[in-house]
Amino acid sequence: MIPSPFEYVRVSSVDEAVAALAEHGEDAKILAGGHSLLPIMKLRLAVPSVLIDISGIAELNYVRVDGDQVAIGAGTRHHDLENSEVAQAEVPLLPHVASRVGDPQVRHRGTLGGTVAHCDPASDLPTALLALRADVVLVGPNGRRTVPITEFFLGFFETAMEEGELIVELRVPRTGDGGWAYEKFTRRENDWPIVSAAAVHLPGGEVGVAMANMGGVVLRAEATEAALAAGKSIEEAAALAAEGTSPSADMHADAEYRSHLARVLVRRALTVAAGEAAPSTAESTAAA
Amino acid sequence: MQVSMTVNGQQRTDEVEPRMLLAHHLRDTLGLTATNIGCDSTSCGACTVIVDGLSVKSCTVLALQVEGSQVTTLEGLAGEDGELHPVQAAFQSEHGLQCGFCTSGMVMASVGVLAANPDPTDREVREGLEGNLCRCTGYHNIVRAVLKAAEAGPVAGQVPQSQEVSA
Repeated sequence: MIPSPFEYVRVSSVDEAVAALAEHGEDAKILAGGHSLLPIMKLRLAVPSVLIDISGIAELNYVRVDGDQVAIGAGTRHHDLENSEVAQAEVPLLPHVASRVGDPQVRHRGTLGGTVAHCDPASDLPTALLALRADVVLVGPNGRRTVPITEFFLGFFETAMEEGELIVELRVPRTGDGGWAYEKFTRRENDWPIVSAAAVHLPGGEVGVAMANMGGVVLRAEATEAALAAGKSIEEAAALAAEGTSPSADMHADAEYRSHLARVLVRRALTVAAGEAAPSTAESTAAA
Repeated sequence: MQVSMTVNGQQRTDEVEPRMLLAHHLRDTLGLTATNIGCDSTSCGACTVIVDGLSVKSCTVLALQVEGSQVTTLEGLAGEDGELHPVQAAFQSEHGLQCGFCTSGMVMASVGVLAANPDPTDREVREGLEGNLCRCTGYHNIVRAVLKAAEAGPVAGQVPQSQEVSA
């Protein structure tokens, strides 16, 4: 399968990218690692007339501490996030989840900004970023703005990005030694999650819990979070994980089974994050 | 558009359509047909090559995206005198193949696995090759071959153009 013809524009700075987006309008798409965009272009699910390649923008590839947050350049590849000593020390949930994306070859190309912009409801890293209450930093024709990730994923493959904008940075709190876990249920190791759950103890004392593939976008387990904040036990809070969700049915799982998985995986993630259990292995997860 | 890259140590500059995938560029423009295209959807890993020291699936990369890069395909692994790379030699001695279709990608991915981890366990090899499918299901000998190659030391995770392979 070969994508439909398109014009290719290579840019070397964020300013050039914004200018190219303004010039080419809504038919242009940003190309970074290409591991979400090129597959859907091959399937003709996306037919952009212009690709603006930002993968050469060196200033978008970094992981660094910035005040009480960790700032991660949108062009940071999963492989680099996985191996970042800053990320491992300051926000260990993220590099761990990066290591669970796809397979090594995919992680060598895919970028954090790309997976957030793509907005797939089954994505690993957006689930972790949602649990972490990340900030999404966008640059566009009207300058720079920050959108809380809780307001960023609007619907099925639909985000709060406006025309002419691109993601330049993701910002997450420094969770340090705070507990965290990511429980991902798959048939095969390199698959998308059938359901996954991220849990992380945030600096303010709140516990962030988010799930993949329980609706049209990655979702917070809001009833679980509220129950924990009200002092309920992990068992009681996890039983509410599927409240307010509308998971889809497909060849892997029906909606009822996904709801069951959500309750089980959220309970496991909370238990691991609380230091009361070891993380699941591929073998033990398969026995869910 | 024009694209320049170093392929197996040789500088190449060619005219390509923007939509030309790296896998097709290697096979059709450059005639390097060891790189196979299996699923064509980033799943099977048959098209794995090494770009700037990292294994990638060339069916999901545009030729234009590797402008200025170092690319190594299976053809570039053996020494100039034809001596097999340690990973190739181990796939031969351990019979790490059945039909052979996945072999090119398996060998390239294995070089990447050994670059990241020169002394892997059986489990680490299996995890490192999670992105490569053998539809003959000949995995046991493949894993055995990678473990055998590791006995050759760090050279098993390197490519002859002395470019660095990091994972």
